[in-house]
Amino acid sequence: MAVERGTQDDSHPRLAPGVRLHFDKARDGWVLLAPERVIEAEGPAHEILRRCDGKRSVADIVDELATLYVEDRAVIEGDVVAMLAELVAKRLILNGP
Amino acid sequence: MTQPLGLLAELTHRCPLACPYCSNPLVLESRTDELDTATWSRVFQEAAAMGVLQVHLSGGEPAARRDLREIVAAARDAGLYTNLITSAIGLDAVRLAGLQKAGLDHVQLSIQDIDAGSADRIAGYGGAHVRKLAFARHVVQLGLALTVNTVIHRANIGNTPALVALAAELGAGRIEVAHAQYHGWALRNRDALMPTAEQVFRAMEQVEPLRAAYSDRLVIDLVVPDYYASQPKPCMGGWARRSLNVTPAGRVLPCHAAETIPGLEFWSVRDRDLAEIWSQSPAFQAFRGTEWMREPCRSCDRREIDFGGCRCQALAIAGDAREADPACALSPYHARMQDLARPVQHDAPLTYAYRGRPAA
Ligand code: SF4
Ligand code: SF4
Repeated sequence: MAVERGTQDDSHPRLAPGVRLHFDKARDGWVLLAPERVIEAEGPAHEILRRCDGKRSVADIVDELATLYVEDRAVIEGDVVAMLAELVAKRLILNGP
Repeated sequence: MTQPLGLLAELTHRCPLACPYCSNPLVLESRTDELDTATWSRVFQEAAAMGVLQVHLSGGEPAARRDLREIVAAARDAGLYTNLITSAIGLDAVRLAGLQKAGLDHVQLSIQDIDAGSADRIAGYGGAHVRKLAFARHVVQLGLALTVNTVIHRANIGNTPALVALAAELGAGRIEVAHAQYHGWALRNRDALMPTAEQVFRAMEQVEPLRAAYSDRLVIDLVVPDYYASQPKPCMGGWARRSLNVTPAGRVLPCHAAETIPGLEFWSVRDRDLAEIWSQSPAFQAFRGTEWMREPCRSCDRREIDFGGCRCQALAIAGDAREADPACALSPYHARMQDLARPVQHDAPLTYAYRGRPAA
């Protein structure tokens, strides 16, 4: 079992077992599929989620998105941490050390 | 018209268990009528093309099908999120690992109670409970996602917290605490299954504290009991709006119990494409949207929220599938529904009619 912890710069988020990112051809968009749940994951949400591979740290993900969106790192960091915290609370993302 | 998100694939009605709350019909479809692997594979492709994202492989016991691995592979090949709903009987660690290789996403395991004696009595199958516990450990060891499903009724309602604790101990990520719904065999066994009002209220009060206590480990999803409710559930998210069922023989139903409604015409995947059935089959059209409604639903501002509740329950209790779900306090049949729960207050013996077996 991974050590459970809050979303911090050096935590390594990954999709929980049974959760996967899927391109929905019929609706032409990305979704997160989980037990009895379908969650839209377009745009920035998709860019964050596809980097939740257990290898990248939160800091890595923030760096990459700041480059991708040419945006202030602090702004991106706020968005990334907020989204990950919400998904951790829903048990869709796990935070590894 | 909305696109469906979920497909319930009832692979077989065969099941070694005989749960008295089973929502399968009293007359079960036989093995010789079951769809073959190639037909299921075609159904999954058609489902995905029309927007279905998740398939629930169900039954009966899906493991009773020897081609389960091929069926899982076909579902994943179609791009569907593949959920296996199982009792664990007939699935050992080796077979399970094969399903994982074929692309299985998630396992939902039924658990009947906290101790083997009571659990096996409910399931009507000696030795089921210990096998389920062993199976749950295999699921978690393989790194597969596990949901425990527990149907709540009079024999186990006092054990809700202990059932949640058991699910957490087994390593499940989610538990469904599903108060029994009275269709099929469950309707037949209603008097033996129905808890008292006090039992229901106590069990409901326990849920929020349990959610808080387990928030770091377990998602708790609750299916609320209808007979003590004042507002109905949006059955299936509304008739013909979000999901569809295919029976073992290939008939396509808007909901699991739809065949109890007289006069509905069901089409089969043997004869037609799933998209055509979804959009044009008389059974799907019958209660789609709000046009079919009578009062009190017709002018109610919740009609697009709960879609008048469950058609099958309206039929079973109000005698007509066009009525409001009697779980609704605005239904003229609401008192009748409450009366049906009352006589069971509550020394009626726990004698079940088990499916597939002579009544005790
Ligand atoms: S509810 Fe019980 S008897 Fe019915 S299909 Fe499920 S496991 Fe089998
Ligand atoms: S009257 Fe009909 S639409 Fe209104 S709450 Fe009751 S069941 Fe729902």
